[in-house]
Amino acid sequence: MIVTVASGKGGTGKTSIAVNMALSVGNLQFFDCDVEEPNAYLLLNPELHGTEPVYASIPMVNKELCNFCGECSRFCQFNALFVAPEKILVFPELCHSCGGCALVCPQKAITWEKHQIGTLKFCGVDDLTLVYGELDVGKPLAVPIIKAVKNHIAADKDAIVDSPPGTSCPFVETVRGSDFCVLVTEPTPFGLHDLKIALQVLKTMQIPFGVVVNRAGLGDRKIYDYCNDQNVRILMEIPYQRQIAELYSKGVPFSVEMPEWKEQFQKLFDEIKRLTKK
Amino acid sequence: MKACVTATSTSLDAQLDPRFGRCAYFIIIDLDTMQFEAFSNLAQAATGGAGIKSAQSIVDKGAKVLITGNVGPNAFNALNAAGVEIITGASGVVRDVIEQFKQGKLTKTNAPTVGDHSGMGGK
Repeated sequence: MIVTVASGKGGTGKTSIAVNMALSVGNLQFFDCDVEEPNAYLLLNPELHGTEPVYASIPMVNKELCNFCGECSRFCQFNALFVAPEKILVFPELCHSCGGCALVCPQKAITWEKHQIGTLKFCGVDDLTLVYGELDVGKPLAVPIIKAVKNHIAADKDAIVDSPPGTSCPFVETVRGSDFCVLVTEPTPFGLHDLKIALQVLKTMQIPFGVVVNRAGLGDRKIYDYCNDQNVRILMEIPYQRQIAELYSKGVPFSVEMPEWKEQFQKLFDEIKRLTKK
Repeated sequence: MKACVTATSTSLDAQLDPRFGRCAYFIIIDLDTMQFEAFSNLAQAATGGAGIKSAQSIVDKGAKVLITGNVGPNAFNALNAAGVEIITGASGVVRDVIEQFKQGKLTKTNAPTVGDHSGMGGK
């Protein structure tokens, strides 16, 4: 079973909840797909076992074949190619690796070369494995790194996937193929606003989901009213509580110091299993 | 020889637009006849690579000189590869700017004058 923890809004507690669930359940695979700011490892304190570069394909122009017609540059929606009367420049940091330039080149002058855009890190702590990706600074493409992280999901073990915030490509790529998505929100107008968008994405992708309300007691009741109206299941509430916040501020997963929560997270995971029938 | 001036509208009486990649209009002027062609910058709203796309547009129109306020690093590299002379720091009315250039009062730059994305309002 693959469970993704996502939110729409940033800072609702995705990583905290994903990590607490993983530590409470144990013996599973953890994937941090927030490749722009992967920080689950700060809560897990794992041992680093290895790294692997992630590449994107960028066009390489054969100067013998190129006649500087400019078709590639005209085609490129990302302005990654510049064609002068006798020179051609490729700007790798703008390329989205769509492959269109090679398709439209009448001279068949374009092949591909590898351009590093990030790094995968393989870690372990007790009976958990952690794989996360780091996007290099200045590189525009998170999605290929997310794909590379997810390629390491093994089918024979449960997996928890920590999603980046937002509801665009990086979120869509992260949650694609999940059996269930836990949406972490907070009872504020901002939490509700972004939760609505995330729900639409998941409905379109036909991925089952449930909501965890973090910092319950803060803000208003609109999240509850909305979930009630929409028949969205609230799986868990985590109170807005000083001890939880203090542990978080020290980088300690709160279920480790508050064993009553370990049981709650185990129950949450069992409930998700029951809902997905896995 | 053709020169390109970045402009805020389409005539020789327009003000020079200090941005290159995200200027409003390009005016391509034949320096011998003063005949000109103005066209809007399709890269103005590009999500990225505006300087490169702008460089491509003016090179395709045959400009050998660019007169503008600032150029960023990608535009500079592209224009340099195409052998375009790059004049920065110009301001005022396009017609006057051309006259200053003809009199040799403007100097070319050998490096980008601003960082990435400065035409988007950042620095």
